[in-house]
Amino acid sequence: MEGRFPNRMLPYALLFPSLAVVVVFLIAPAVQSLRLAFYEVSPFTGRGLFVGLSNFRVLLGSDIYRHSLEITLLVAAGIVVAGMTVSLGVAVLASQPLRGLGLYRVAILWPYALSPAVAGTIWALLFDPSTGPATLTIRALTGLSPNWMMNGAYAVWVVIVAASWKMLGFNVVFFLAGLQAVPAELREAAHVDGAGAARVFWRITFPILSPITFFLFVMNSLYAFFELFGLIDVMTQGGPGGATDILIYRLYQDAFISARWGMGSAQSILLFVMVGILTALQFRFAGRRVFYG
Amino acid sequence: MARRGWVGTLSTHALLALATLVAVFPILYAFQVSTLTFKEVFLFPPKVAPGHAFLENLAQAWERVGLGRLLLNSSLIALAVALGKICLSVMAAFAFTYFRDFPGKGVCFVIILITHMLPLPVRIVPTFQMMETFGWVNSYQALTIPFFASATGTLLFRQFFLTMPPALSEAARIDGAGPLGFLIRILLPLSANNLTALFMVEFLYMWNEYLWPLIITNSNDMRVVQVGIKMLVATDAQAEWNVIMAGVVAAMVPPLVVLLLLQRSFVRSISLGQEK
Repeated sequence: MEGRFPNRMLPYALLFPSLAVVVVFLIAPAVQSLRLAFYEVSPFTGRGLFVGLSNFRVLLGSDIYRHSLEITLLVAAGIVVAGMTVSLGVAVLASQPLRGLGLYRVAILWPYALSPAVAGTIWALLFDPSTGPATLTIRALTGLSPNWMMNGAYAVWVVIVAASWKMLGFNVVFFLAGLQAVPAELREAAHVDGAGAARVFWRITFPILSPITFFLFVMNSLYAFFELFGLIDVMTQGGPGGATDILIYRLYQDAFISARWGMGSAQSILLFVMVGILTALQFRFAGRRVFYG
Repeated sequence: MARRGWVGTLSTHALLALATLVAVFPILYAFQVSTLTFKEVFLFPPKVAPGHAFLENLAQAWERVGLGRLLLNSSLIALAVALGKICLSVMAAFAFTYFRDFPGKGVCFVIILITHMLPLPVRIVPTFQMMETFGWVNSYQALTIPFFASATGTLLFRQFFLTMPPALSEAARIDGAGPLGFLIRILLPLSANNLTALFMVEFLYMWNEYLWPLIITNSNDMRVVQVGIKMLVATDAQAEWNVIMAGVVAAMVPPLVVLLLLQRSFVRSISLGQEK
């Protein structure tokens, strides 16, 4: 191609810093994670003893870890189903030609800019048992006022709501972009043929949105698996009674509170498997541009 | 499109206003609580007008966890990581787009992209051990350098450089400019928008980071403001929400200011670009 510089060594020199950081701080530790997962490391001497698949066997056989996996899947499902459904609804509304849309969009995007720790603290305040506006509102509407953060069955839903709330703006932005790609003629033609608004949405808009929906499914799942540590640590510390003990929190507990390096690394590897599956799914489907089944 | 009457428009507005309220109310309520006294937080019906105790609450939070130092640390590491990521990704993207194909180019590209597959949790134990070996525990190096690589940034600049007309670098070359002169004097000024956008995203990302600063720092003078919030929550038997929320506001406002300041120049440079 024209306009390219002929230097032979310079591109390597320019790439060197990025490559060095990736190799030293990402790839090497990831490989080391894999190695450590097969060792049991003494917290006192730091010595490792090769134990083969024992760490994985212990993990997958342990009730605590399996429970943690279930909780993580519940949280991920809650964020994906509830969070994304609400986001899609908001995006459909915000895609109408209306005045003042810019303001709505900026406002809805605001929570996305907050840190997980800040979001968690704010939602702990909203559900404070004596003064939280959410507690008071729900009591006024239903007469129920459990201690939200002290009851495991409720606490996990408070966490899901808080986590979905933070992702609302992100999802809306992508759904909006997708909705703008739906050709207006297509919807109009369907209207002319007598299809109602709901039918147009399910038969035309929703199928065309499917690549965006899938992309958001992957992003929201990754978010549920990897980004909720701060939120959990501030809101519940995995409690009450392990009710919000998601995988990443368990990993932190085992590796950095109990200093079980091998067990922690085995958990890292299992998490990597999940990233791998999600990334593979994304590549598998992102290439397809067939919307109509 | 079906004609919607004013009823339809009004109900859409009402629903959107409700969604906006759901998004914004928790944040506004946090601001409100940060201005109340401890007693006012528990008033029923709740106090709607802003109170006058914000400065006292902030002073309390400041004293309890050394908020000043935490804010300084958060600012320093967010700034360093944002700038570090920008430098490294601009250099890498430039290497990928403006040179004759070189051996290993594809491999290098894949290595940088792999960043996306290796979030911190999948390598956290060995990374921590490495920091111990380097003697970097509780240091600014540990809080910044491992974050310097950016697949997002490299891809962003690579895509942008590929949209530049080849005649641009050809002309620069004929005029005797070397590759680095071309990068610094021509390409970077043209990239102002992308530079600003990436800076905003990465500054925010690092400001909000929680897990790594929590485990890699162990003294109060190296903590960051996100961890400070946890310390505020944890120090209270009966949660003193007014003080905690003053800390939350202190953690929320600085990145907001950065976003607003940069957004103005971001928008301005877009409109300048269109005038040409």
